[in-house]
Amino acid sequence: MTMLLLLFIFVMAIFLGLELIGKVPSQLHTPLMSGSNAISGISIVGALAATEIHGTFGTVLAVAAVAFATINVVGGYLVTDRMLAMFKTGKKD
Amino acid sequence: MTTVINLAYIVASILFIYGLKMLGRVETARRGNMVSAVGMLLAIIATLLLGGLDYVWIIVGLVVGGAIGWWAAAAVKMTQMPEMVALFNGSGGLASMLVGWVEYIRNPHPDVITSIAIFFAVLVGAVAFTGSVIAWGKLSEVMPGKPMLFKGQQPVNALIVGGAVVLGIIFVITPPTTYPLLLAVIGLSLILGVLAVIPIGGADMPIVISLMNSYSGVAGMAAGFVIQNNVLIVAGTLVGASGLILTQVMCKAMNRSLANVLFSGFGAVTTAGTMKVEGEVKPITAEDAYYILEAASSVIFVPGYGMAVAQAQHAVKELADLLEENGAEVRYAIHPVAGRMPGHMNVLLAEANVPYEQLVEPDDVNPTMEMVDVAVVIGANDVVNPAAREDETSPLYGMPIINVDQARTTFVLKRSMNPGFSGVDNPLFFKPNTRMLFGDAKTSISTLASEFKEAAAAA
Repeated sequence: MTMLLLLFIFVMAIFLGLELIGKVPSQLHTPLMSGSNAISGISIVGALAATEIHGTFGTVLAVAAVAFATINVVGGYLVTDRMLAMFKTGKKD
Repeated sequence: MTTVINLAYIVASILFIYGLKMLGRVETARRGNMVSAVGMLLAIIATLLLGGLDYVWIIVGLVVGGAIGWWAAAAVKMTQMPEMVALFNGSGGLASMLVGWVEYIRNPHPDVITSIAIFFAVLVGAVAFTGSVIAWGKLSEVMPGKPMLFKGQQPVNALIVGGAVVLGIIFVITPPTTYPLLLAVIGLSLILGVLAVIPIGGADMPIVISLMNSYSGVAGMAAGFVIQNNVLIVAGTLVGASGLILTQVMCKAMNRSLANVLFSGFGAVTTAGTMKVEGEVKPITAEDAYYILEAASSVIFVPGYGMAVAQAQHAVKELADLLEENGAEVRYAIHPVAGRMPGHMNVLLAEANVPYEQLVEPDDVNPTMEMVDVAVVIGANDVVNPAAREDETSPLYGMPIINVDQARTTFVLKRSMNPGFSGVDNPLFFKPNTRMLFGDAKTSISTLASEFKEAAAAA
């Protein structure tokens, strides 16, 4: 049953994703890509939970997963913010 | 506690959805990114509440990863953004692959559905990882950007995909005894990522990066099924969908199918059009170009990858300001696949403080191209090649282009007469209204700008 529920959530998320991102102006393509890329670092949740594991090799894998996911998350959000801070309009305010 | 954690995951999912939605509009994009970052922070804190985790090593992982990510994001130049995004994609994919792997070690007796999820997390995560590393290598020119083809490449790739799938099926059917199979799947998937990207040429990188972006999301989604976690599934799927949409936009802008990009090794075989290119190339000096620009009332800049290479965006903005002071209307026509990643040119011009209202898409500018006095092509080639419109035998035929050949005068800034990435001759260079301004794009633009300044000083 849990799996069916997860599958349901997955299918809904596909449609939601396609709807959400359908019409993005092309000047936002790069920030959208790096911003959504940062979100894919969500596997950090799985990586953190995996450190529960016992045994040296498992811990090495889990900690490596945490580190790489963190690179993705921190780097992705910061670089997106850096880019978006540069987007300006011509209107003088 | 589990309820609190799960509620936090729901809130995090909502923040991701809102954040992505806000990323779709220029006015709200920056806040949207922050909203989604808050969602991420919430998901991380909630997970840390789980208890029983190895907090010492978690801190080590967070500090090391955070320092690298922070440094990379702060140090990267805007022109290197495609490489950076590729590497971030890769590290996300690798993390998902590792999560799938470690979950198997933690519980070597998964049920069938979990086994399938582990298989997909490992497969897609590994492909996203090595594929992105190769894309980074090509973009940063550590590796040759040209397509690398070898004999029997496609059968080899098919064999590896087939092998991974067969091993995956055996793995799913008999998980407890098959740890070596999982390792084999990981190995094959890592190789597959390399082989999938090496035949793809530099100019097709916008498509590859969007696709890898999608894969990193799909891998996260699969990892979500492995650990049965909502927020991974929702966030991973959203990213997968957005990457797929971008991939489609890029393919459409090149008038090519995804299959064609992935498998053809475009540009390796020069199937140049049979149409005779007639006319002669007419070079122009910066001084003569200045006189034409000085008289122009409507100017369009068409940037391409060459502008990124020459780092000419600031010089272009300076020239644009001088043209505007001189009374001309200045716009920038951006082709969706100009540069090496989606939106590459927009980011560079934004860095140079170009207001985004001046950036127009091909469809907006093409109908009124006859009214444009001067179109200045800076390091773009294929996206302005009229063969895409006129020559049915050209490999570019059918690709939507920016019709600069229909402007009253067209300047093409170029180092030499080498054809563009596709290896296709560009009839634009031979058109009667085209003038070639040879040399480094940045130097040429700066020379033009100084002509304007001297004239202003003299007046």
